[in-house]
Amino acid sequence: MIRVNHLWKEFNRQPVLKDISLAFEKGKTNLVIGQSGSGKTVLMKCLVGLVEADRGNIYYDDRDFSAMGFKERRAIRKELGMLFQGAALFDSLTVEENILFPLNMFTTMTKGEKQKRVSFCLDRVDLHNVHHLLPAELSGGMKKRVAIARAIAIKPKYLFCDEPNSGLDPPTAILIDKLISEITAEFNITTVVNTHDLNSVMEIGDCVAFIYKGELWWTGTRHEILHSSNKELNHFVYATELMRTLNPGK
Amino acid sequence: MKLFYHIGRYFILVWIILQKPERASIYRRQIVLEMDNLGLQSLGIVAIISVFMGAVVTIQTAFNTDHPLLPIYAIGFATRQAIILEFSPTVISLILAGKVGSRIASEIGTMRVTEQIDALEIMGVNAAGYLILPKIIASMIINPALVVISMFLGIFGGWVASAITGVVPLSNYVYGILFEFSQYDIYYALIKTVVFAFIIASVSGYFGFYAKGGALQVGHASTKAVVFSSIYVILFNLVLTQILLV
Repeated sequence: MIRVNHLWKEFNRQPVLKDISLAFEKGKTNLVIGQSGSGKTVLMKCLVGLVEADRGNIYYDDRDFSAMGFKERRAIRKELGMLFQGAALFDSLTVEENILFPLNMFTTMTKGEKQKRVSFCLDRVDLHNVHHLLPAELSGGMKKRVAIARAIAIKPKYLFCDEPNSGLDPPTAILIDKLISEITAEFNITTVVNTHDLNSVMEIGDCVAFIYKGELWWTGTRHEILHSSNKELNHFVYATELMRTLNPGK
Repeated sequence: MKLFYHIGRYFILVWIILQKPERASIYRRQIVLEMDNLGLQSLGIVAIISVFMGAVVTIQTAFNTDHPLLPIYAIGFATRQAIILEFSPTVISLILAGKVGSRIASEIGTMRVTEQIDALEIMGVNAAGYLILPKIIASMIINPALVVISMFLGIFGGWVASAITGVVPLSNYVYGILFEFSQYDIYYALIKTVVFAFIIASVSGYFGFYAKGGALQVGHASTKAVVFSSIYVILFNLVLTQILLV
């Protein structure tokens, strides 16, 4: 479980996160939704320590991440997996080498064990015969799947996904969403997903938090989101004609 | 004030780079790879420039020291001294600052803007150490080797020029090359080269590591890396010459 307590962040005296407090539950896919520029990515970067929050605390299972030094954080980071918007695969390494990278760096597994783990991870994301391809030779969806395989290679306790299905066609986007959701349940990890895609929300949103202009406006489940009385959330959810057709009252 | 900001940030980066590696064997493999990328792949340009510069230095010296009081072997002597003391360590380092510096900055800068460095940091890897330290060590090992090759080829270029143009008889050229040879000159050149290699790799790594934005900014970072590493090479050339030769 990850808890965020009264988190504040500003850039050039412009507040980006304002007093955010919420919890991300273990074994569930926790979605953070909001418009572009609402502060979702900054929140995620604060969670993983890529951006330092000005105030507030972040707890990983009661371990205060905000109060930790460089070395302690590095230890926690070995429990994190992250899927970046652009996949962030190492472009000079093959698919296999990308997945092997964290295993080589942090484990004492034998060569055979590592190979087995790579094959398991690639099978798990339904990729075959791509071991020796470079990231440049993969499609967008395949890159995301390799990034998921790399993220789960060292059996993380926490998985972060920043806009996992941006730039993907709807069937591939749903495939990636389902994969994230299945992996979360299968390995009982705490998953946090940033998205503004309502298909993702309705597909995998066990817990949903809506951020508007840097403030937390609403939390609930994917079932509750369609019946919320929150004006800003409704504006976000019912922005498209399709959604308004589904729920004419909104 | 911005200058102090960059100097401070550069030294903090160097401190981070010099932290204990997570896995020494991976760093060792990276060093070998970088020796190939940064050193061996520069061998061609170093060889071509060295041969032609050696030839030009010999011809220029011959035409500008045409005096009855100056012995003819002085042309070989002057060529050797120019090549060993200045041309090979400094000019070759400046050329490597352009070739290798831009490569390092653009490679690391692209990794920064495509979030590959963030991915390394999230994994708990010391990204600065993993990306920059092998490049620094590889440069400090391979650049002196390149400079020694450059010295040999520069002097050989002078010999070829003498043979083709006849500006100096070959026996006089060879006598001048061997005349009052001091091993210290080689040590001096190699010490300079090692310092320049550190400057080129670390300064270029710095500009790449802190690149922000997109392709345009990576280009700017690459340009800055070349400009600043060249300036620091020239600056430290003066300082080291003063320290080592005086």
